Amino acid sequence: MRFREEYRDPAAARGLAAAIARIVTRPWTLMEVCGGQTHAIVRFGIDELLPQAVTLVHGPGCPVCVTPVEYIDKAIEIAARTDVILCSFGDMLRVPGTDGDLLAAKSRGGDIRIVYSPLDALAIARAEPSRAVVFFAVGFETTAPANAIVAWQAKREGIGNFFMLVSHVLVPPAMRAILAAPGNRIRGFLAAGHVCTIMGYEEYEPIAARYRVPIVVTGFEPLDILDGVYRCVRQLEAGRAVVENQYSRSVRRDGNRAARTMMGEVFRVIPRRWRGIGDIAESGLGLGDAYAAFDAERRFGCVRAAAAEAGTCISGLVLRGERKPPECPAFGTHCTPERPLGVTMVSGEGACAAYYRYRGARAVGDRP
Amino acid sequence: MRVGRVDFGGIVKAINLAFVPEARIGDYVLVHVGFAITVIDEIEAGRVFEHLRELGELAGDGAP
Repeated sequence: MRFREEYRDPAAARGLAAAIARIVTRPWTLMEVCGGQTHAIVRFGIDELLPQAVTLVHGPGCPVCVTPVEYIDKAIEIAARTDVILCSFGDMLRVPGTDGDLLAAKSRGGDIRIVYSPLDALAIARAEPSRAVVFFAVGFETTAPANAIVAWQAKREGIGNFFMLVSHVLVPPAMRAILAAPGNRIRGFLAAGHVCTIMGYEEYEPIAARYRVPIVVTGFEPLDILDGVYRCVRQLEAGRAVVENQYSRSVRRDGNRAARTMMGEVFRVIPRRWRGIGDIAESGLGLGDAYAAFDAERRFGCVRAAAAEAGTCISGLVLRGERKPPECPAFGTHCTPERPLGVTMVSGEGACAAYYRYRGARAVGDRP
Repeated sequence: MRVGRVDFGGIVKAINLAFVPEARIGDYVLVHVGFAITVIDEIEAGRVFEHLRELGELAGDGAP
């Protein structure tokens, strides 16, 4: 496929890694904030290609992982109703709630349907006018315009049986929270290329300036990631901290205007709790007043905070980049994708799932 | 909403084009949950290889 294979050339990747090794003089810790990048790093062994001075840590880049447990609980509660069809992206189904997951709710007879696109959920609502169709709308800025336009379309068509349970999150407030945390060791960011495809990168410029961190908007292929690391290290070594755009084949400075306009039409910025991280001000999206009629919480009751999660799972530390998956005693032994203890092992975009899938027993053997 | 046929290396799917009003037949697009979210800029796509050449890490004629 074009725009893919050429960015996976092993010789060019080794060349970029060598170029990074030539310019680095001190240890630097960088964070990527996108589950897709985390997977590419682990899958292609990019971290192992880098000089020892450069450490990549994995940030909260998995939207399924950071969805608060109380929203999973609410989805399970809604799915138990016989008058409802609950539609969700597939990887939400095995995310643990307080008491079980959506897959268990489905096996108890809940009408839960896996959809590839929010458009599919809207099509189900059109086809089944006598039942309420609830779409579990999660994701970062990349997914928000698609979910927004479906609400907009439902309103335009006057579809009264379509609702959304919205738990959208925004990346820049989470980056701020990580940088402001005591003991922060992140010195540079690879910003998520697909999020920036929608949003552009203007909003990252004040973060780079305020916290003195280079932020490089980066793509998803091995050469993109290595180029992003190179640019980040080059800035750090030169004492610079600005926003650079490595992923210019997809990302423009002001993003995708049509998509941003639709997000602004349907959603408003609200505070949001991140699973494993906690409350972050202005870090989420909820339906705006004009779309309140489509709000599943209005129709089926508000989501209430769940009790704090107990147990041995360290997925919160993994999501904050404070631990790597193989550092967890349960990794690969008591916790596997078949029997996951926590979100980061469940989701296809989770860091633990990436290490398990691509490194398996070797990652366990590497445990420090 | 405008819909187009997108070829994913042999598998053709109907993809919503509402967010890429500039997309024309033959363009490469990035697709997420059924929506095209950007048209790939083919000139910018060569940048990483230019960068590699500047670093002297890529042979002059072997690159795409």
